[in-house]
Amino acid sequence: MISLADQFLVLVLLINFISLGTSRLMFSIRAVAAQGVILGILPGLIHPFSWHLVAITIVIIAVKGFVIPMLLGRAVRSAEIKREDEPFLGYVPTLLLGAIFTALSFGFAGSLPMLPVHQNYMFVPASIATLMTGFLVLTTRRKAISQVIGYLVLENGIFIFGLLLAEAMPIMVEAGALLDLLVGTFVMGIVINQISREFSSLDTSLLTSLKEE
Amino acid sequence: MLFYAALIILPLSGAAATWLIPFDRMRPKVLSLFACGHMAITARMLIVTPPESPGGWFHLDALGKIVLLSTSMLFLTCAIYSIGYLNYRRERSNRTLCVGLLVCLAAASLVTITHHLGLMWVALETTTISMAPLIYFNRNARSIEATWKYLLICSVGVALALIGLYFLAYATIVAKVEPSLLLDDLMRYAGKLSSGWVHAAVVFLLVGFGTKMGLAPLHTWKPDAYGEAPGLVGALLSGGLVNLAFLALLRVYQLSLATNEILFFQNVLIVMGLVSMIFAAVFMARQADFKRMLAYSSVEHVGIMAVALGLGGKAIFGALFHVLANGLTKGVLFLSSGNIHRSYNSKSTDHVRGALRRLPWSGGLFLAGFIAITGSPPFAPFISEFTIVSSAFTQGRMLIGAIFLISLTVIFIGMALTVLPMVMGDVPPDSESTSYRDSFWTVGPPLALLLLVFVLGVWIPAPLMELLREASALLEVPQ
Repeated sequence: MISLADQFLVLVLLINFISLGTSRLMFSIRAVAAQGVILGILPGLIHPFSWHLVAITIVIIAVKGFVIPMLLGRAVRSAEIKREDEPFLGYVPTLLLGAIFTALSFGFAGSLPMLPVHQNYMFVPASIATLMTGFLVLTTRRKAISQVIGYLVLENGIFIFGLLLAEAMPIMVEAGALLDLLVGTFVMGIVINQISREFSSLDTSLLTSLKEE
Repeated sequence: MLFYAALIILPLSGAAATWLIPFDRMRPKVLSLFACGHMAITARMLIVTPPESPGGWFHLDALGKIVLLSTSMLFLTCAIYSIGYLNYRRERSNRTLCVGLLVCLAAASLVTITHHLGLMWVALETTTISMAPLIYFNRNARSIEATWKYLLICSVGVALALIGLYFLAYATIVAKVEPSLLLDDLMRYAGKLSSGWVHAAVVFLLVGFGTKMGLAPLHTWKPDAYGEAPGLVGALLSGGLVNLAFLALLRVYQLSLATNEILFFQNVLIVMGLVSMIFAAVFMARQADFKRMLAYSSVEHVGIMAVALGLGGKAIFGALFHVLANGLTKGVLFLSSGNIHRSYNSKSTDHVRGALRRLPWSGGLFLAGFIAITGSPPFAPFISEFTIVSSAFTQGRMLIGAIFLISLTVIFIGMALTVLPMVMGDVPPDSESTSYRDSFWTVGPPLALLLLVFVLGVWIPAPLMELLREASALLEVPQ
C-alpha cells in the first residue's frame, strides 16, 4: 500500500502547483476540494481498518472535500468574481518558487530521523511542500478568496504531517483542529462577505486605509 | 477536577445566557455577574490549589496561576466597565460582543490550566477566533480591514504553531517513548528526543506563538486590530491575549530547558524582543492616532517580556511580574482612551486636545497610565523593567542593557509627545462634543486598575511574591 499512498501524495503535490498556477478561482477551489478528498482517503491506506478510521475518513472528505469548498464557492458566486487578476507576484515566479520550496522540503525531510515504518513514505516532504505552497498563495495573491484558499492549502500541509501521528494524537486534538478549520473558514467567509459589501470587490489590496505612512 | 471544570463551564454558560437575553441593557450586567463568579473561582483556586487531574491534562502550576489571575482581574474590570460603556453604544446590539467575551474567557482559562500542549493550542485558536467579531464591532470599512488582517495573520501563526506541536509529537514517536503532548511527559523524556525534530519544533512554535503575541516582525496586525477595536476589547487583547501567548511561549521555554535548546531559544528571544522594542520606538514617534500608539506600546512590552525571558536569571522574575504589571496598566490605558474616544468622537491627536479639562477623570487616568507604562516609579511596571535592566547589566550583557534602556527612553519621549498635548491645554473650540460624560461605571474600573498598579509598585504582598518565586523557579536554567 506504500506505493499507492505515495502516488496520492504526488497528486497532492501536483494540486499544489495547480493552485499556484491558475487564475480561475472556481478551478482553484475545486482543486483544493480534490486535495481534501485525497487527504480523506490517505489515512485508510496507511492504517489498519477500524470503525474509528471510517468515521475519520467520512468526516474529512465531507468537511475538506465538500462543506468548505461549497462555502467558498458560494462566496465567489455572491461576489461575482471569477479570476484572480494581477497577483502581487506573477504566476511564473510563484510556480518557480513553489518548485524551489518543494525541492528544499525534500532536503529538509531527508535530514531528519524517521521511524523505519515511515522511512519510505513521502509524508514529511509532501507536508512541508504543501505548507509552503499555502504560504506562497497567501502572501502573493490579492483576492480575499485566494488568501483563504492559501490558508486551506497550508492547513492541508499540516494535516498530511498529522497522518504520521494518527495513533499518537488523541482524537480530541484531531477534532479540535478540524473544528477550528471549519469555524475559521466560516468566520472568514462572513468577513469576505462584509468586505465585498463595503468595498464592492474582494480585493484586499484596497484595504490600505490603515497603512503606515 | 471540579474547579477545573467550573472555571471553563461557568463562562460558557454565561455565554449561553447572554445569547438568550433579548435586552441590550441587561447583557453587560449578566456579563459582570459571570465575571465575578469567574474571579471567585480563580481566587479559590489560587488559595487552595486543586490537585492535578488524573492523566495530568489539567494542572494549575505557578505560571498558569499568574496568567489566570491577571486575565481574570482584567476581565472583571472590563466587564464592569462595559455596563457604562455599552450604554453609549446603544446604536447596535451588543449580543455578539458579550457572547464573544465570555467564550474567549472560557478558552483563556483553559489555556492557563492545561498541561496538554494540543489542548492548549485548540484553546488559543479559540481565543483568536472568538475575538475576531469583537474587533469588527464598529462595522465599518476600517474595522473590516483590521479584522481581516488579524484573522488571517493570527490564524497562519497559530497554524504554524500546530505543525511545531506535530513535530514534537513525532519526536516522541521516533524516540520510541510513549507518544504524548503532555508537557510533563515531554520534559521527562527530553533526553531521548531527537534534537533535529525538537529544534524544528521550537522554531515553528516560536514563530507561531510569537505572531499571536505580536513580537516584531510578526506584529503587523496589531496596530490595526487595537486601533479599530472598542476600548475594552483593546484592553483584553493587549492585557489578556498577549499574556496567554506569552504563557504558551513559557511552555516552549520549559521544554527547551529540558532539551538543551535553551541557548538557541534565548538568543532568538533576545533578538526578537529588541527588534520589537526598536520597531515600537520608531513608529511611536509620529503616531497621529492614540489607540495605534497604544498598540505600539504593546509591541514594546511584549518585546520587554521576550528580552527578559531571553536573559534568564533574575530577569525571569521581572518578566513574570511584567505579565501582571503590563496587563493591568494596559487596562487603564485602553479603558480611559475608550472614554476619550467617546467624548471627542475621534482618535486623532489633531482633534483630541485638553482632555484633562474636558474629562478630568479619564484624562487624568490616561496620563497616569502613560506614566506607569513607560516605567516610571512608583508604579508596578517600574519594578519589572528595573529588575530586567539591572539583570542585564549584572550578567555583563552591556549591549543588550544599553539597547533596552535607549529604546525605553526614545519610547518615553515619543509617547510623551503624543500624550501630553492630548491631555494638556485647552479644548479646541471646533471640537465635536458628544453626550459622553465621565461617570462611576466608566471611570471606576480603570481607576481600580490604576490603584492596583500603584499598590503593586510599592508593595508586593507576600503570597504574590511567593507565587512569583515559585514560577521563576520553574524557568531557571539548571547549573
